[in-house]
Amino acid sequence: RAMELPPGRFPAARAAAVAVAYLRYLRGGPGSGLQLRELRRARRQDIDDVGHKYYLELELEDVLDKDRTVNCTAEVLYHLGSKTSAPDVQVTVQGELRSTEEADKEFYNRIRSLEKELVAENIPDSHGNVPPELEPIHLLAWVASGYVIWQNSTENTKFHLAQVKHVKQVKRSDEDLQFDFVVLLHEMVSQEVLPWEVTLLWHPQRGARVPQSRAAGAGS
Amino acid sequence: RSQEQTASASPLLRALLETLIYCRHQVLRIKTKNEEEVKQLQLLESLEHLELDFWINPSAPALPVDVRIPAVSVQSVKAFLESQGIQYSILIEDLQDVLDKEKQDMVESAQRQRSTSSFDFGAYHTLDDINAELDNLASEYSFVEKIQIGESYEKRPLYVLKFSTRGSKRPAIWLDAGIHSREWVTQASAMWIANKIASDYGTDESITSLLNKMDLFLLPVANPDGFVYTHTSNRMWRKTRSKIPGSICVGVDPNRNWDAGFGGPGASNNPCSESYHGPSANSEVEVKSVVDFIKNHGNFKAFLTLHSYSQLLMYPYGYKCTRPDDYAELESLGRAAASSIRSLYGTTFQVGTICKTIYQASGGSIDWSYDNGIKYSFAFELRDTGRYGFLLPANQILPAAKETWLGLKKIMEHVRDKSS
Repeated sequence: RAMELPPGRFPAARAAAVAVAYLRYLRGGPGSGLQLRELRRARRQDIDDVGHKYYLELELEDVLDKDRTVNCTAEVLYHLGSKTSAPDVQVTVQGELRSTEEADKEFYNRIRSLEKELVAENIPDSHGNVPPELEPIHLLAWVASGYVIWQNSTENTKFHLAQVKHVKQVKRSDEDLQFDFVVLLHEMVSQEVLPWEVTLLWHPQRGARVPQSRAAGAGS
Repeated sequence: RSQEQTASASPLLRALLETLIYCRHQVLRIKTKNEEEVKQLQLLESLEHLELDFWINPSAPALPVDVRIPAVSVQSVKAFLESQGIQYSILIEDLQDVLDKEKQDMVESAQRQRSTSSFDFGAYHTLDDINAELDNLASEYSFVEKIQIGESYEKRPLYVLKFSTRGSKRPAIWLDAGIHSREWVTQASAMWIANKIASDYGTDESITSLLNKMDLFLLPVANPDGFVYTHTSNRMWRKTRSKIPGSICVGVDPNRNWDAGFGGPGASNNPCSESYHGPSANSEVEVKSVVDFIKNHGNFKAFLTLHSYSQLLMYPYGYKCTRPDDYAELESLGRAAASSIRSLYGTTFQVGTICKTIYQASGGSIDWSYDNGIKYSFAFELRDTGRYGFLLPANQILPAAKETWLGLKKIMEHVRDKSS
């Protein structure tokens, strides 16, 4: 009883954005970032007393290697009437993503060996520039905001990371890298740009974790 | 003889003759070996019916003789030279080709001169720099005029470039950018497009025929107060900068302020919201100025507006989710335009009504224009799809502008053909 949806219209596009955000959180890192190249197909199923479930077929590309694409299927379930529950997302990636083991290790070692903790702001800057040495930080912000976007999406929202307002590295006694971000999330439906404080823990083998995040105070 | 023929011809024929007057004329360089040969050439020179044009006259054996020979005489002159054993070489095979190429070179050089003079179309600029370039374009091209259609809330002039080759109140096309100030690729693209149209008139067939039939009005910075604010204070500012009575919040969403389903779904009545529709329709002077201008003109056939980001090409309606009466034609034209856009770099734009494609939104500009009789009303959302969003790197301005221009051109050509 799943209904076919036109991929060019917003309901399918919003669900796809959630799937991509989730995937960025799961699989992203300082050496790779996935973005949606094409939403191939979308279907929706209305499940009584549960919610709306979207079935998606996506083609994704690696922003650092545009010629490389990967197909994936995703299921996004928005829970009925719930404002506090994140959508359930399942993603299956067909084929292999590019291995970033070398780049990840190199980044990890570079940051661990910094004498002063890394601090940066406005990534990208007003003109869209990202200094090459900050691109991995930009991609980790995608991971962090991927989590926040997944957790806070509904059928009436579509979020994108607009800018990293501020990032501060926090040195830890364990093996994780910690970055405290203030990110600006652009919500397409309301057109609001919302600041969020997000803490990201990342390790080359263990991947990413977001121990805390919250909407920051009202913007300027 | 050719001059006589030209003078007696009809104006059309005369124009044709004048441009092709040197077609298949050859220029020969003749190397004389002795005085005898020089005398032969002087004899040739005296034969007026041949209409030979000596660029270097025969005078002494050591000096070359260059002569332009009309097409009809070329074979007979060569035959004569060969029969006398006089050596020659062909300097110019077809003089018309050379003249045409030279003219083109001059046009291109003039263009390069202008574009290297200061304004970098591949970079983001301040309002002052943009306004200076508008003056530059207006002074450079006789058919381009900078007019002021009103003032912003903070009293900044609203400048429109008028492209008009002749006539008065001819059928016209409206194009605006930057109504939402943070969408920087739109103001930047509008400047490139302005320069493209101005410099290609006379050489590009499509632009030339378009401006020969219609006028174009281009507002590159529809929200100058917001634009300045994005430079000085908050890069993410969207709205106008008007003070709202009774609120600490500033600004109205200028694309919710038009008199089309005003105050309906998809706009907020909260002054602090990014999609605040304002106290009433046309409360924003930036909107009212455009409305008044278009109404007073009375002969607009198309209303086109640039936004970013998302890569969408949309037509009415936004305030309601029903199809406009001209749905079939607008959908078809939209698809054709999206196809043109894609042809350049492969960038895909989704096509559809605002309500179905992006969201229901009331008080939008193209809904107003459509409901006021301007059939060809389209809103573009330019690059990208979210990787950089509003902060599109400057190195994407030119590709964005060029691909967008192809889409606009497709629409404008259709409007031109339907308006004649």
